[in-house]
Amino acid sequence: MSLILLLLIPVIFGIVNFGVKNEKNTKVIALIGAITTLIIAVMAFSGLEEGGVLKVDYPWLPSIGASFNLEANGGALLMTLLMAITFVLIFFAQWNKNINNANRFFGLLNLSLAGLMGVFLANDLLLFYFFWELALIPVYFLAGQWGGKDKVKASFKFFVFTFFGSLLMLGGLIFLFVNNANSAFDYASIMQTGSLLAPEIQSTLFVLFFLAFGIKMPIFPLHSWQPLAYEQSATPVTIVMSALMVKMGLFAVLKWLIPLFPGVNPVFFNVIMILALFNIIYGSLLAMTQSNLKRLVAYSSLAHVGLMIMGAFAQNDYATEGLYLQMFNHGIIVTGLWLLVDFIENRYHTQDMKELGGMANIAPKAAITMVVLAFATIALPMTNGFVGEFLLFLGIFHSQFEYKVVYMIIAGLGIILGAIYMLNMVQKVAYGQKNDKKISDLVWNEQLSMYLIVIIIMVLGFYPNLILNIL
Amino acid sequence: MKPLIATAVFAILMMFAGLFTQEKRSLSNFAAILMIGLLGLNIWELYDYLITLNDANASPYYFGKMLRVDNYGLWINVLLTALSLVYLLIFRDGIEKVGIHVGEYYASHFFVLCGLFLVTTYNNLLILFIGIEILSIPQYVLAGSDKKNLKSSEAALKYFLMGSFSTGILLMGIVLLYGAMGSFELEQFNFYKHGSSMPSVMGAMGIVLMMLGIGFKVSAAPVHFWAPDVYDGAPTPFASFMASIVKVGVFVAFMRLFMEGFITMDAYWKVVVLSIMTVLTLVIGNFTAIYQQSVKRMLAYSSIAHAGFMLFVVIASNSEAMRGIVQYIVAYSLATVGIFFVLSKLKDYTYDGFNGLAKKEPFLAFVAAVCVLSLAGIPLTTGFFAKWYVLMAAIKQDNTFWLVMFALVMAVVSSYYYFKVIMAMYFKEGTPELCCSVTKMEKAMMMVIVFGIVLFGIAPELLFVWI
Repeated sequence: MSLILLLLIPVIFGIVNFGVKNEKNTKVIALIGAITTLIIAVMAFSGLEEGGVLKVDYPWLPSIGASFNLEANGGALLMTLLMAITFVLIFFAQWNKNINNANRFFGLLNLSLAGLMGVFLANDLLLFYFFWELALIPVYFLAGQWGGKDKVKASFKFFVFTFFGSLLMLGGLIFLFVNNANSAFDYASIMQTGSLLAPEIQSTLFVLFFLAFGIKMPIFPLHSWQPLAYEQSATPVTIVMSALMVKMGLFAVLKWLIPLFPGVNPVFFNVIMILALFNIIYGSLLAMTQSNLKRLVAYSSLAHVGLMIMGAFAQNDYATEGLYLQMFNHGIIVTGLWLLVDFIENRYHTQDMKELGGMANIAPKAAITMVVLAFATIALPMTNGFVGEFLLFLGIFHSQFEYKVVYMIIAGLGIILGAIYMLNMVQKVAYGQKNDKKISDLVWNEQLSMYLIVIIIMVLGFYPNLILNIL
Repeated sequence: MKPLIATAVFAILMMFAGLFTQEKRSLSNFAAILMIGLLGLNIWELYDYLITLNDANASPYYFGKMLRVDNYGLWINVLLTALSLVYLLIFRDGIEKVGIHVGEYYASHFFVLCGLFLVTTYNNLLILFIGIEILSIPQYVLAGSDKKNLKSSEAALKYFLMGSFSTGILLMGIVLLYGAMGSFELEQFNFYKHGSSMPSVMGAMGIVLMMLGIGFKVSAAPVHFWAPDVYDGAPTPFASFMASIVKVGVFVAFMRLFMEGFITMDAYWKVVVLSIMTVLTLVIGNFTAIYQQSVKRMLAYSSIAHAGFMLFVVIASNSEAMRGIVQYIVAYSLATVGIFFVLSKLKDYTYDGFNGLAKKEPFLAFVAAVCVLSLAGIPLTTGFFAKWYVLMAAIKQDNTFWLVMFALVMAVVSSYYYFKVIMAMYFKEGTPELCCSVTKMEKAMMMVIVFGIVLFGIAPELLFVWI
């Protein structure tokens, strides 16, 4: 039941929001919707025992064996929790911002929450595909209507890339269905169908599915939509893209791709590992050269996703646990970073680090948050980033790859590079005296969301078992 | 049999009605009433058939096996009539504005439906030919009905010349096929007669010529050239009728030809020949649509692209294809009628004419967005399941996987020109000018269209209950 509520509540609040005229009311409604969703997600997650699952199954299209089948284990519920928390944080942070057509903005945000929830809960391949595309549509409309001056181009590029991937997946999905002796989409029989196919066919389908998931992550060289889309969208939309939609691809790899095609030629895994290393190094190097804050965070996100992709394909328990944990952590940290960039842009009206400096003197609260977020990004011990990345490295070390040590060393470079660009950012923005414009520090609603993020970072850094116990 | 006779009678009634009254609105109302009556008759006929289904003496054949009227054909007819009703109601004002001979316009629609009923239930190639002629000639008239508009006259002349030529090709194909098979009857074709399932040279010529002849009517490449000019030149309501309801109806005939007539034919040969047509249609339709400045012309090319998708049901011609075309009939007709309607309300038919529509006319923009999303095949709209069933049917056939993948890539291309409409409406600023206000009836019908698109996008199987 709670699974259906997780889907239904955002839809209802989203539709209600469209009809509300008053900006204040629409914010209240959006926030109530997100908080209700969060409460349900927390209850569902904390009520789960280790290894337990929640299930819902209703008939949908009996003639092609598709059903409205939702299932969530600990990992999926953790993701729903991340969705709900992130949306609460977004709505808190938007409280004092003025937004054109706020009712549509918050309505679409709530609808995108519903689509995202569906992706993580669906246990039927057709239903999964349904939500996979549905999550895209509200985000496309959000990215196209609110944002920078290149937003139309950026949002369309984002749409075409992901739509292209989705349709490739659709082809593979139809092929799987046609070859399924039971003519059905349920998880068990689809998995069986996939494993019974000839290895070459499995490899072909693997590539089709991986392209769909890889574009969403995004993996090098399919990432070219990402920097522009992150930069041009309004901050809440950027958060939805980078903190949440990225996880769709990673989660889909874990839940669908790897179990579906056990006979894939291992060369493909090695290729993906190398591409993920490109993500890390290329993303880090580009992040180091940026002076634009938004671009810096975008590229750093690209680099961090690289490590998570490696974890997703390492295929062992350490890596899987680490990946779930790190997906959650990354979502929280990156949300914080984007909110901070938004804060800086709102106060200083620039994103350029060359024009910034001395924020620690004028706005100490924001500066301290920034330091914590930077530490969490570079995975310093006592922050949650450390636990997640440590488990990921452990997982890669225990993987079956021939060159795993090389992979680890190169991936380790990413952490060093990460420290360089992150600390560089802190130094340029928070210290020095370049820009002594008088700005106001974090106000109450910004404090609320920022401190919440800092608390989560610290608590999970000290006691990750809160989550690991349930995974 | 009742609906078939009724369409012809209703068409004649409609023509005479034009003598008795000059008032356009009452003619429209009369046409709507007749259409509702026709829908009722169709449902009655389907009901009768389903009752006699268990009766051993009942036979689906009529007129010495000329027609084979089964529940599938009847259900298609019900859908086509229902969609025509939606079309008539939503374009009521549009049709009245075209010219003074409103009675004749409506009469032409009924004649077209008469032809459609024949081609969805034919069992003999002669009936197919007669049906296609009956539905073509009124279309020539409709295309040229805006007599003061030079483009409309050009469209009619073009359509008529090319159309009559293609009819000749179709007839030649039928004759050659008769020479090879010795029969006009679909069920009598037996390709194994000569020991091989490959068609003989004469038979192959006949099949290819027939493909071109029917392909012309559904605007498949390489015989698609008339479509953009005719859809662009014809008055918008009639263009939407031709591009949607008529086209999908003829596709049923196309599919039945291959499914019932050529079932014994070599499957590989069939896939190869049809693949050429499909690939050409998809490429030409999609890539040319990208370069259009006028939304109306873009829709004409997109209708060619959709013909490419519908050709997959001909390639597949199995039981899934039968479902696929039903889904496509509804999805494509609803969306096309809807988007053409929004277009007919605008003064400027270019993309710029749509700029800022969401701000000025949120409801119109919303309807257009839903229709366009459905045409692009986004889930939660019928367009998704239309593509889904059609492609699934094709993949069940051997040797088609890469063809399907190609079609999916083309669907990505199509998203470019469809989303340009959405971008113009929602993301760009502008002051679109409406030619006329939206009436209550039109609002209601738009809601019906949106409701239909979403309903069958969630529960597509509702359309398969009577198959």
